[in-house]
Amino acid sequence: MEGFLPVAHAVGWSIASAPFVAWGIRSVNRRIRANPEQRMLLGVAAAFTFVLSALKLPSVTGSCSHPTGTGLGAILFGPAAMAPIGAVVLLFQALLLAHGGLTTLGANIFSMAVVGPFAAWGVFRLAQALKLPFALGIFLAASLADLLTYVTTSVQLALAFPDPVGGFTASFLKFAGIFAVAQVPLAISEGLLTVVIFNALARFNPQELRDMRVLGTPEAKA
Amino acid sequence: MKKRQNLLLLAAVALLAVLPLWLVDKPAPDAVDADGKPVELFGGADNQARDLIGRIAPDYKPWFEPLLEPASEEIASLLFALQAALGAGFIGYYLGVSVTRERLKREFERHNQPADGGTGVHAD
Repeated sequence: MEGFLPVAHAVGWSIASAPFVAWGIRSVNRRIRANPEQRMLLGVAAAFTFVLSALKLPSVTGSCSHPTGTGLGAILFGPAAMAPIGAVVLLFQALLLAHGGLTTLGANIFSMAVVGPFAAWGVFRLAQALKLPFALGIFLAASLADLLTYVTTSVQLALAFPDPVGGFTASFLKFAGIFAVAQVPLAISEGLLTVVIFNALARFNPQELRDMRVLGTPEAKA
Repeated sequence: MKKRQNLLLLAAVALLAVLPLWLVDKPAPDAVDADGKPVELFGGADNQARDLIGRIAPDYKPWFEPLLEPASEEIASLLFALQAALGAGFIGYYLGVSVTRERLKREFERHNQPADGGTGVHAD
């Protein structure tokens, strides 16, 4: 989508994303300095985003899109940590794959690496407060983060290109028809895959998850 | 039990990826979209959005070009595969390390338990 956001929007979304990336870098640095053993797990969160955002999957709308993989890292390391990680993934795709773009980087960071992770983190904490089963909380957090990322993309495009007749709303519905609807089965897939990886982590690294206050008590394991 | 749950979850993901290939009707070979171009099935959602921008704002001109574009679709899929392989490789390495560490810890505990009467080492 390189060059498809008007200059003012491209600059505006970059300015909106920058503080989150800076906050994320600070929070990741502090975390790793205090708990150097979590470095590997941070790598796993980044690798998961790398894999999932490379998988272009077919959807019921007859088009292809890809999941985001940001829910895992947001649940493990807090929402801010995913902003710099998502930015790296988006930069890789923009520079080498001509997917996304440098001019749309700010907007894409905002939707995928800010809105998505914050949604995942909020939903997961809410699910815990409501005492929902652990796996259900993970599933809801990861899939809603994925879906809301593409709802945000639709909002961004509708703001840049309001419909000449129906304005923002009509345009938003059209873009959401392309992005958000196609994303529904992909968001479910992402939720399921995130549960699979959490099952593995809970099985082999329960102490680390407990240290990170993701797994509360031993019996909270789902 | 957990192993079965993971297998079921992975099967569901595979099903979700394959079902659209069956469910979506193939367009007629001579079908054209609003712009008179042949309908492409399972193209990128990005391309659809680009077409939609063209319909909403016909005068809009993209003002920036990608600096580097993969030389062909094949090269692009190579790079996407590389991206996925790097990520999956790291996750596999980490899980392998974790499995081995867990097993060694359990063996260590089994060998030491009778000897020190359960004082030094404790399971968590």
